[in-house]
Amino acid sequence: MKAVKDYIKRLFLWELFKGLKLTGRYLFERKITVQYPDESTPQSHRFRGRHALRCYPNGEERCIACKLCEAVCPALAITIDVAPRADGTRRTTRYDIDLTKCIFCGFCEESCPVDSIVETRVFEYCGEQRADLLMTKQKLLAAGELLEKQLAADRALDRAYR
Amino acid sequence: METLFYLILTVIKILVIVVPLLMCVAYLTYAERKIIGYMQVRIGPNRVNFSAIPGLRRLRGLGQPIADAFKLMFKEIIFPTNTDLFLFFIAPMLVMAPALAAWAVVPFYEGGWVLADINAGLLYILAMTSVGVYGILIAGWASNSKYALLSTLRSAAQIISYEIAMGFALVGVLMAAGSLNLSDIVAAQKGSLLHWYWLPLLPLLFIYFISGLAETNRAPFDLAEGESEIVAGFHVEYSGMLFAVFFLAEYANMILISTLSAVMFLGGWLSPFEGIISEETWLIGFLAESSFLWLAMKVALFLFVFLWVRATFPRYRYDQLMRLGWKVFIPITLVWIVVLGVAILAKMPPWFA
Repeated sequence: MKAVKDYIKRLFLWELFKGLKLTGRYLFERKITVQYPDESTPQSHRFRGRHALRCYPNGEERCIACKLCEAVCPALAITIDVAPRADGTRRTTRYDIDLTKCIFCGFCEESCPVDSIVETRVFEYCGEQRADLLMTKQKLLAAGELLEKQLAADRALDRAYR
Repeated sequence: METLFYLILTVIKILVIVVPLLMCVAYLTYAERKIIGYMQVRIGPNRVNFSAIPGLRRLRGLGQPIADAFKLMFKEIIFPTNTDLFLFFIAPMLVMAPALAAWAVVPFYEGGWVLADINAGLLYILAMTSVGVYGILIAGWASNSKYALLSTLRSAAQIISYEIAMGFALVGVLMAAGSLNLSDIVAAQKGSLLHWYWLPLLPLLFIYFISGLAETNRAPFDLAEGESEIVAGFHVEYSGMLFAVFFLAEYANMILISTLSAVMFLGGWLSPFEGIISEETWLIGFLAESSFLWLAMKVALFLFVFLWVRATFPRYRYDQLMRLGWKVFIPITLVWIVVLGVAILAKMPPWFA
């Protein structure tokens, strides 16, 4: 009996019409496309984009060259050289992040004891040559200075969970 | 002088058919992208527009087919090494020419609105739509690529299988109408919505349309193109304008199959309100008049189904395709031809009285 029923169902394309009904309904569904350059989706305050080095409000850089980020980086994208500064504090002389290696895992940010290296919300960047994708200390500090307000606000939002 | 005049007149008639047809082809590609996009909860092309014309500024995406055409025109045509250049060149034309030539016998309205009102119209159409596959075969052979060759093998087997079912479906139509002339077939359906052949020939309409999907290499029968298996099939090696010709031919064939379905099963230019409301009725009487617009609407309906089907179904496997063609369609058509024969002998009203 079931075989006969199935045969008739198949002969009259029952399943196919059900499929057509489904796509027919979706024709009138509300469209969910986001017109990217004109519109954008909401971003989390934990977004992991291009990096920056933060400073204290008095302008002193936070980084103490503990090299935890360099050690934890799974992609080996961070290179740090250290030397004592004139005032005797331990500082980096070189802090490079190779964005072509970076996998944006956020481990550097998590490992940082002084909240110095952070990942910003910037993800729309490009480089015309390899050197453009190498974030040097100057570039990182400049990015940190530019975005400090946003970075501080995002960290404040996340404070309770850290 | 007489001959020359006739020649010029014919050329003008051909242009009057072919130019709007190619415009329809262009905008069919646009409609396809829009409709499939909408069915996938996207919005489709909406960037290129005619911003110079104030009235059309809001219709975004409408310039897309023209932009695509220009892009293809200015692209380089790449010739693969060790190919037969003559065959490589002639293949797209062999696909395109029958797709356009078949329009010669398609009637657009009663009273001679047809390029060649020949008595064997249906036969001519069958012949022309079959010739198209030679272009595909030659394209695959001339491409000197294993993907293209595989594709042509599939295409040839598929078209041979479905040609038979399609032919039988048309046999049903000509039994019902008693004529091979397409204008006469439409005239035989005169009466009302119920007089059209879609009702007595319903299984044949389905089989004709599905075979049409297979003939035009459309989803779910696009094994010859099967981009996930054999890249793009017979046109992998084609680029630029030569590729565009294949593309245009496919869409011209879609419009042709839709038009033929409308003419043979849905009463062509006859109004669906004929016989329901009188032509003398105040204000809405014009709805009952037969008009070219009715034909256009019916064609648009079939074309929408083409796109709808493409947005819905996954591709058939090769053995399923063969099973459907030989073990389902051909028996059904044969049985229905017998049923139809009995109905005609019994002079079953309202169709065969």
